Amino acid sequence: MPMQYRSEVVSSRRAGQYHVLTLTAGSISETTKPGHFLGVAIGGDESGLLLRRAFSIHGVQERGVFGGTVDIVVAAHGPGTRWLVGRHRADPLDIIGPLGRPFSLPRDPVSCALVGGGYGSAPLFMLAEHLRARGCRVDMVLGASTEEKLFGVLEAKRMASTVTITTDDGTLGETGRVTDALGKVMDDHDTDVVYACGPMPMLAAVADMASDRGVYSQCAVEESMACGVGVCMTCVLPVIGDDGVTRMVRSCVEGPVFRGDRVRWSDVGTIPPDTLGAPAVEGGTR
Amino acid sequence: MTRAVVRPAEALRPQTHDEVDMSTSLAGLDLPSPILTASGCAAAGKELDQFFDITEIGAVVTKSIMPEPRSGRATPRMAETPSGMLNSIGLQGPGIASFIERDLAWLRQRGARAVVSIAGDTVDDYARLAKTLRMQEGISAIEVNISCPNVEDRGKVFACDAGSSSAVIQAVRRNTDSRVPILAKLSPDVTDITTIALACVRAGADGLSVINTLLGMVIDTDRLRPALAGVTGGLSGPAIRPVAVRCVWQIRQALPDVPILGMGGVRTGLDALQFLLAGANAVSVGTMVFNDPSAPLRVHRELQTALAERGFTRLVDAISYAHGYLDRDQQTLDPIDEDVDAVADEQ
Repeated sequence: MPMQYRSEVVSSRRAGQYHVLTLTAGSISETTKPGHFLGVAIGGDESGLLLRRAFSIHGVQERGVFGGTVDIVVAAHGPGTRWLVGRHRADPLDIIGPLGRPFSLPRDPVSCALVGGGYGSAPLFMLAEHLRARGCRVDMVLGASTEEKLFGVLEAKRMASTVTITTDDGTLGETGRVTDALGKVMDDHDTDVVYACGPMPMLAAVADMASDRGVYSQCAVEESMACGVGVCMTCVLPVIGDDGVTRMVRSCVEGPVFRGDRVRWSDVGTIPPDTLGAPAVEGGTR
Repeated sequence: MTRAVVRPAEALRPQTHDEVDMSTSLAGLDLPSPILTASGCAAAGKELDQFFDITEIGAVVTKSIMPEPRSGRATPRMAETPSGMLNSIGLQGPGIASFIERDLAWLRQRGARAVVSIAGDTVDDYARLAKTLRMQEGISAIEVNISCPNVEDRGKVFACDAGSSSAVIQAVRRNTDSRVPILAKLSPDVTDITTIALACVRAGADGLSVINTLLGMVIDTDRLRPALAGVTGGLSGPAIRPVAVRCVWQIRQALPDVPILGMGGVRTGLDALQFLLAGANAVSVGTMVFNDPSAPLRVHRELQTALAERGFTRLVDAISYAHGYLDRDQQTLDPIDEDVDAVADEQ
């Protein structure tokens, strides 16, 4: 169950184009599983930026000098995230977590490929640790537009059996996209499960590749959210349920991790006409 | 920003403790707390119950429910705005049958007071919803969301027309148990909100929820198009608070006895106090829940402290208190000075 916590910044350090913030989190650190995320309030009690920003939890330390802490990875690309990376040690932050549905882990020691786009890779390292602890093989594929936008390459090399890097501009690793490299990784290591986190077009491509090969995939989506706790209905996307019916589901509580074959990737941003409760007359969206 | 603390010392003895009686009454409904959630900002209470005990607040106002399941609009559905947000959800919901079976049942079992918000495309939709709800126990009140396009009137919003508003309220009143109060939720996007307020009261509304969101729009300057898939959306949050306080004030002046549930950008106990002083009998906390999921209970506690600091022993004494400001100034003046206009100019 999520909780609201008056947190303090323990540290903020740069990692390429990103910032890694370590925050006190009390018991949130004990209940966090890989794929969970945190909702962070921006700008203090009188802030004009009302909406919490969502960050997948990069790591946890259950017991330390500061009690439990959690790490998040922040890219400063708007006023809220710019404020956040400007926080210093001991600054207060209002956080809620752990939020969402985490990755599900295989019962058996299977072969797993973990795919991260940009700083979308943030939750994959904690996931890799859990998978390794279950005896799973872990191969990682990290991609970004350019080297500066990769996150966690060194960490990946410590944890994974193999690490494949791709950049659009060829500044590091193979030139191209993660999906250009993923096929070979899956073939070489007989991948049973693909885990992915990153921009939506990447998730769509990864999920399709996995489905084509009959491989199970789990994708953590990035949808814009207002509340993060399931009340506002802004972060919805079309997902096929166990009953075969498409519904607009909340990525904050029913996700952010979805089965790749259940999300209607090409329809994200629309209401497919066969969605439960879709408008009958106008027949869909805009 | 500075706030002058004005103690109503002439009328009330100062309070030294915070044991203020917070109970209030809204359209015949007795509430232990004046703070409610707002429709669309609390789902049906279950999610927020993780962050505070929802039975401690006045009531949970549920997200507007329609007769059938509804997918809502395409995304993006939301844009952040200065001290607010714009939303265009399109009333996504499971439909009344599923709502009764799951959400209402959960609220009943949890022991929370439930104000059920209903919305429709036609007058008949509202009538059907009221009929369906009539058979249900555990409904404290029905809030009628009339800020919906009337498909039988070229999509003109019911709340923007006194006749349409009146027709909906009559239909709901006729099909609702007389012991269950109905609240008409008014839109501020009208020329004179008191006209619509009066029409709703004459049609049988027991109280008024004031206000719904303001119609707004944001353009995405990177994509060079409207930020929301629905193009326009409802503006909410502290940005609209002065508009909401003004609407409550005007309705209280026009209709001195009508019960009012005030809302619009309530963030703190002092914000809630503004609404009470303007004439609200109870106050909803809406959009701020997205910022602080425990806001309703926090606002309740802050309001209790604020009332105590101002010498109120009972919350109900603060309702409409600001309307008496001219009379009170008059009482404290030198008896020789009877120039009311001069006093008013000093305000």
